[in-house]
Amino acid sequence: MIKLRINGEERALEVDPEMPLLWALRDVAGLTGTKYGCGEALCGACTVHLDGEAVRACVTPMRRCEGRAVTTIEGLSKDGSHPLQKAWCEQGVPQCGFCQAGQIMTAACLLANVPKPSDEEIDRSLAGNLCRCGTYTRIRAAVKQAAGIEEGSR
Amino acid sequence: MTGALSRRGFLGALGQTALGGLVLTVLPREADAKDEKDKAAKSEAPRVDKPPPGFTPNVFIHVGSDGKIVIMCHRSEMGQGVRSTIPALLAAELGADMAHVTIEQAPGDPLFGDQNTDGSSSIRNAFVELRQIAAVARTMLVAAAARRWKVAPESCHTEKSKVLHAGDARALTFAELADDAGKLPVPKPESVKLLAWKDLHLAEQSLPVIDAPAIVNGTAVFAADVKVPGMLIAVIARPPVVGGKLVKFDATRALALPGVKQVLEIPAPTPPYVFQPWGGVAVLAENTWAAMRGAKALALEWDLGKNASYDSQTYKDELSKSVSSAGTVARKVGDAEGALGKAAKVVQAEYHLPHLAHATMEPPATLAHVTEKHCELWTASQDPQTAREVAAKTLGLQTFQVTVHVTLLGGGFGRKSKADFVAEAALLSKLAGVPVRVQWTREDDLRHDYFHSVSTQQLTAALDDKGAITAWRHRTAFPPIGSTFNVAATRPGAGDLQQGVTDLPLTVPNVLAETCEAPAHVRIGWMRSVYNVFHAFSVNSFIDELAAARGVDPLAQRLELLGPPRKVSLSELGIEKLANYGAKLADHPVDTARMRNVVERVTQAARWDSRKQEGRALGLAAHRSFLTYVAVVAQVSKRADGRIAVDEVWICTDAGTVVNHERARSQMEGAVIFGQSIALHSGMTMKAGVAEQHNFHQYKLTRIGEAPRKIHVDLVESEGLPGGIGEPGVPPVAPAIVNAVFALTGQRVRELPLEKHGLV
Ligand code: FES
Ligand code: FES
Repeated sequence: MIKLRINGEERALEVDPEMPLLWALRDVAGLTGTKYGCGEALCGACTVHLDGEAVRACVTPMRRCEGRAVTTIEGLSKDGSHPLQKAWCEQGVPQCGFCQAGQIMTAACLLANVPKPSDEEIDRSLAGNLCRCGTYTRIRAAVKQAAGIEEGSR
Repeated sequence: MTGALSRRGFLGALGQTALGGLVLTVLPREADAKDEKDKAAKSEAPRVDKPPPGFTPNVFIHVGSDGKIVIMCHRSEMGQGVRSTIPALLAAELGADMAHVTIEQAPGDPLFGDQNTDGSSSIRNAFVELRQIAAVARTMLVAAAARRWKVAPESCHTEKSKVLHAGDARALTFAELADDAGKLPVPKPESVKLLAWKDLHLAEQSLPVIDAPAIVNGTAVFAADVKVPGMLIAVIARPPVVGGKLVKFDATRALALPGVKQVLEIPAPTPPYVFQPWGGVAVLAENTWAAMRGAKALALEWDLGKNASYDSQTYKDELSKSVSSAGTVARKVGDAEGALGKAAKVVQAEYHLPHLAHATMEPPATLAHVTEKHCELWTASQDPQTAREVAAKTLGLQTFQVTVHVTLLGGGFGRKSKADFVAEAALLSKLAGVPVRVQWTREDDLRHDYFHSVSTQQLTAALDDKGAITAWRHRTAFPPIGSTFNVAATRPGAGDLQQGVTDLPLTVPNVLAETCEAPAHVRIGWMRSVYNVFHAFSVNSFIDELAAARGVDPLAQRLELLGPPRKVSLSELGIEKLANYGAKLADHPVDTARMRNVVERVTQAARWDSRKQEGRALGLAAHRSFLTYVAVVAQVSKRADGRIAVDEVWICTDAGTVVNHERARSQMEGAVIFGQSIALHSGMTMKAGVAEQHNFHQYKLTRIGEAPRKIHVDLVESEGLPGGIGEPGVPPVAPAIVNAVFALTGQRVRELPLEKHGLV
């Protein structure tokens, strides 16, 4: 039994302590917004926040989550009103959408630490998040919009 | 589509409970029953009889008496935006307010016509038919209003879910008219009048991405997100080589793991592989992690079979040998061999591209619930009707006994029109006696894909003593997709060569194209833009090489080879028939004016004239595919560490009429990144029959830091017949990048990816 806080709610999950957080979230806690893309910390599709830090849930065993707070895409805001979620819709970022929860969770962590990131900081923070559909230019634009950065001379 | 059949089918779908916007239950129809036995089976399946009140002129549209409008999307959403585009087109033709519209995903059923979401065909193949479907509904609503007002229907029009009467303020809502409209005879689709394109007001709109809100809050439903009670998750250990067989296995350790419930053998397929399961041993568990661990804990012994000799290095030499002698003639104008014999100078180059994997961000997944007389599937399928047939065949059921719910697809690119993972789920659910969701791991996905063909192209040109090009010879060798369906297929068919070989306009007096032998040793499948990838690469590279050999500007060289604006005839192409992506040549000719236009626009936008600037270079490529014309300019420079960076890309597209400009732009942006991955990083190689790339550290894709700072998309405004959008952006990207690398460094890269040459 692992006790942790998920999206603000105290949960006790009956799981093997070695089970990666990804599968505990998806298969046990019923939160399927976090995606499996590689299982090896190579794609970022499974990104969630663990005590406010972006982690790859596919390589984070449940024993490391004991007593800690996890935020998933479902808990980023109550109603889709996080500035990143709004910017993502306004910029039409998602294509297939499969990578986007991970992209948004990584970007949310970036903005929490660096409210006005530079282009390089955006790219560096999202370097671990693949998008096979190729939405990168819009991801950058949406992060900037959410951060209130004017698109300057491009 | 007959009214009666249509109605029954649609109401069946509509009456179901929905989860996450997806139709999630059963759709039996006696109308489908082929004989008495069928009917008996049918009558045992659950059914839905009560139609919701309102007006349902066909399977695509329902106007409720409560004002709610349901529009079915019959094509699969995989990022191209079809769920945003088709309903918007239908709503515009109907005159419905999108605020009143709910979009339902159609189940796999021939009632909806062709649902195979492939070949960039969703709009280009059904542009008129889709509008007719909505125009039928509009005509009936207008007729109902006109009757009530005792006016001529011609004096009425629809707008914002209302019928309005011209000249006075009379208006009735669709809700008020639904019951009356439902009592009118359904006109034939061909008989109704379509609105003028400009009156649909789609060109000037930026349509919203329908599923974006659900995607950004985590509630969007992909195949792996669907759960039913009692379900187990299956992960399959497959033979490492296609066609390999299980000799023996020991599941003791797997079965001892907590959560593991069953271990089942999947028989080896017999060639041709088509959509049969790959074979292997499946571990069924309560959760995905247990199933993955279980699959790893199996002790397995394989007989790898004859494909274990497949080695990419050796095969490359074989292809090289294959194109070094004459093949089967596919296109012939004049006497190219004769001209080559008399040439003052011969320019020749050989290009090699590796196998590629689709690598959809979502690995394949399907949930199947099989009972004695029924199979219900929830699947990320591009082709739900084929999925349905494959499941039926696998289970020995009739097609109507299989229900296919289509979830969102986390990327498709052609991978998910192959139903092998559907067959696996169906088979395992039957064997296990419980619902089973098959989950492919990333390793499974990369190692057991239907790979994009490896290919070698040899291009040869003759120059006379004045430097004029007198002959063009193109030899192409690649294992064809046909080999997946027919073991005897070792070279492409004529239809395959329309993709950049036989449909290429050339103002050269002597042209010859030949296909050369290339047997397949893996499963080959279509991947986004298919053979156009390597044909566009070799042709556009070779044009650049000719320009360099002749001391001509690459843009001028291209325009010279393209020749004056004209519609190119079959005799000019030197062929008897052109598959032309299924379209009539009269409707979609090979039009050099359109190609010139995109080339000229893209080079102007990229300021080709002032391209020679310190530290950066531009490269150009252009290609027609899926009846759409695309030209690309890539700008590259060297990073501080000497590696190549793609700084900026311009892409100009003439796809005829574009319904959803916003999604078309996003497809072009995505195509640039997809093409960039092909140019810079991706390649799948085999050693002893086994794929050497297992995950994203080996099979590399473009990451954000490498994405161009800016992708300039230019869509040509047109009211011509629509061409494709999803695929045609891809082919010119890699050659534009490689041509830019040549302009920057003088290094000509003839084998992709650039990574192989230490350039990135
Ligand atoms: S699934 Fe965790 S990083 Fe890819
Ligand atoms: S939107 Fe499809 S993988 Fe990113």
